[in-house]
Amino acid sequence: MGGLDGLTRAPYQKLSQWLAASPPELLASRREQAELLFRRIGITFAVYGAQDATERLIPFDILPRIIARSEWAALEKGLVQRITALNLFLKDIYGKGEILKAGKIPSELVYHNPGYCPEMAGRRVPHDVYVQIAGVDIVRTNDHGFYVLEDNARTPSGVSYMLENREVMMRLFPDLFSMHRVAPIEDYPDELLATLRSVAPPRASHEPTIALMTPGQYNSAYYEHSFLADKLGVELVEGRDLFVKDDVVYMRTTEGPRRVDVIYRRIDDDFLDPLTFRPDSALGVPGLIGAYHAGNVTLANAVGTGVADDKAMYTYMPDIIRFYLGQEPLLQNVPTWRCREPEALSYVLDHLDELVVKEVNGSGGYGMLVGPHASKAQVEEFRAKLNAQPDNFIAQPTLALSTCPISVAEGIAPRHVDLRPFVLQGAHGVRVVPGGLTRVAMTERSLVVNSSQGGGTKDTWVIDDAILGQA
Amino acid sequence: MLSSTADNLYWLARYMERADFLARAIEASRRLATLPKAYGGAETEWESVLLSSGAAQAFEQTGKPITESNIIEFLTFSRDNPGSIRNCIEFARTNARAVRTALTVEMWEAINGAYLELKAMEARRGAYSADELGRFLDFVKQTSLIYDGGAYRTMLRNDAYWFSRVGLFVERADNTARLLDVKYHVLLPDKEVIGGSLDYFQWAAILRAVSAHTAYHWVYRTSMKPWLVADLLILRPEMPRSLISCYESIVRNLDSLARAHGRQGAAQRQARNMYGKLETMTMEHVFQGGLHEFIQSFISENNRLGSLISEQYLF
Repeated sequence: MGGLDGLTRAPYQKLSQWLAASPPELLASRREQAELLFRRIGITFAVYGAQDATERLIPFDILPRIIARSEWAALEKGLVQRITALNLFLKDIYGKGEILKAGKIPSELVYHNPGYCPEMAGRRVPHDVYVQIAGVDIVRTNDHGFYVLEDNARTPSGVSYMLENREVMMRLFPDLFSMHRVAPIEDYPDELLATLRSVAPPRASHEPTIALMTPGQYNSAYYEHSFLADKLGVELVEGRDLFVKDDVVYMRTTEGPRRVDVIYRRIDDDFLDPLTFRPDSALGVPGLIGAYHAGNVTLANAVGTGVADDKAMYTYMPDIIRFYLGQEPLLQNVPTWRCREPEALSYVLDHLDELVVKEVNGSGGYGMLVGPHASKAQVEEFRAKLNAQPDNFIAQPTLALSTCPISVAEGIAPRHVDLRPFVLQGAHGVRVVPGGLTRVAMTERSLVVNSSQGGGTKDTWVIDDAILGQA
Repeated sequence: MLSSTADNLYWLARYMERADFLARAIEASRRLATLPKAYGGAETEWESVLLSSGAAQAFEQTGKPITESNIIEFLTFSRDNPGSIRNCIEFARTNARAVRTALTVEMWEAINGAYLELKAMEARRGAYSADELGRFLDFVKQTSLIYDGGAYRTMLRNDAYWFSRVGLFVERADNTARLLDVKYHVLLPDKEVIGGSLDYFQWAAILRAVSAHTAYHWVYRTSMKPWLVADLLILRPEMPRSLISCYESIVRNLDSLARAHGRQGAAQRQARNMYGKLETMTMEHVFQGGLHEFIQSFISENNRLGSLISEQYLF
């Protein structure tokens, strides 16, 4: 895991020189300023179940993570390829199901998947775009290769941190920005808006009405929802602000009802419409799915995309890419054992202490075993779970993950990181802004970067290679 | 604009204004209570602030005796009093969080900053000294100044602004009326004459509470007279807290909304009607029927306007 070697890599040279020339007090004071800024702006997230700390700041590290433009270009190509395939896959499994007929994926894995939505079978969505907004979690190993850890095709969050981290960094370190040519990410909201507009129902006017739907201010990502609605210049709505009449969705406004064409929903499938899904939920809008099926409103992301970000499905992504695009995957999956397969299961059971075991539907770092850091009791507990329900789990090796330097009280130290770039697919193609959310495991040697588990974030810079030549 | 957004903006403004008023009403009572007991004060100052802020019933339910410290606690930091300053700021912040997209950064930071400050104060406070209370009340007044200034200086003049302003002035009219009523509830001891020095002191405290002491002298160039204080706070258009001045603003902002929406309604009619009455009223009228009775009827008509606004804009 190589100590401070992160700082000696080429993209970090300027930063490294700058750090060497800066007194330690400077970093400490910038760290304080950053925290103050985040708190004042109110960039918080809610933690479920944590008492009195319902709004918490995500720890922010002030050293940027730097990726060279050339490295980024390769990553971007891979992401575009992946999201294109993912959309074709969703269209197929809610349509003809050719990939299943071809025997590339076991049918029961699709049809019995909790993310699969039978109500969507045989229906088309505008422009065949299912996943307008994806967040793909990427890790890098010490040999500098990128691996995909996970596809988030439902309602990925974190893009507000990507944008706010940049804002804060530009306020705190204008000198560092003038030394590097950092690719801008500020146009993400414009790109998102263009994406949403492009998938409006065909009958909508040239100025479709777009709204962002949130479960409300007690949701963990509420800050992000309001932030994005603001940047997009669209209404932030809750279920009670909407109603459906004659299969058309309206917002309640001070001037009476107003028709809504596109809903960027940040609320899970199950809560969208109590008439179709959970009848006990008051978060959604009765009749919304009826309006959706009538083609009067576009939901982004589409209903039923969860089947594609399931961790079991993930293991088939290389096959999915080959099947629909006839190409070799540009981004590698992390090698994964599917515990549903007996051979894999027995290997996993024999090597529990070296593997990471995850629930196929788990998220946020919940329900996983990190073998090398687990106690004997935890390992045995997972062994029992695996034996009881092997289908529910996958396992991955603990890769020699790359680290990034972070600023800590004692100076600079390496920590494990991952990267979530945000990928947009509209009617006119796929776009990725150069950057993403870098999440950091704030504790030494920890591999868990999720914010719900105490992980932090840092700004991600894609810089021009030209600058490297000078170093 | 979403009806729920308008609703939140309207109440946000009301809560901020109410916190400010409570701070001022507490100050007025403190000033009244500083009179030496031998001077003949009837010691009803603290009851009066409960009555005038509409919190008397809620306080009674706590079963606590009416003492200065109990009442101050109830009006400032109590979680049991839905109308305490602490709760007003928290509600304001909850409303603000729900409509962040409709607020400017300055407004949000004013509220969020105040809320964080409040939490910190709440966590570290012990028994109140007079100094600490003073600092807390200053903090509350400053918060509303910053918030209000932020709204005035940074908001687009569109429906978000108009709904905020309507909320602010409906609340302020209510508060001014209640403040005038404090004097009704602070009984003069029998041996004191109306217009005597204690009476004078009480009216002056009320004026000071709304920072209008100097204004009074500018307008009237004469010594303190109860009917002139009432005149200043009810009928003087140049006094920014007066009922007539609040209604002038309410009418103007409701009219802006009506123009933008292309539709007048019951709210506009009620506001214009009340404004018209204030315009033709004289202090003789007010005192003939009794100041307290006038205020009670004003407060209930003002509440009616609040309900009409909710109905018309579908809150």
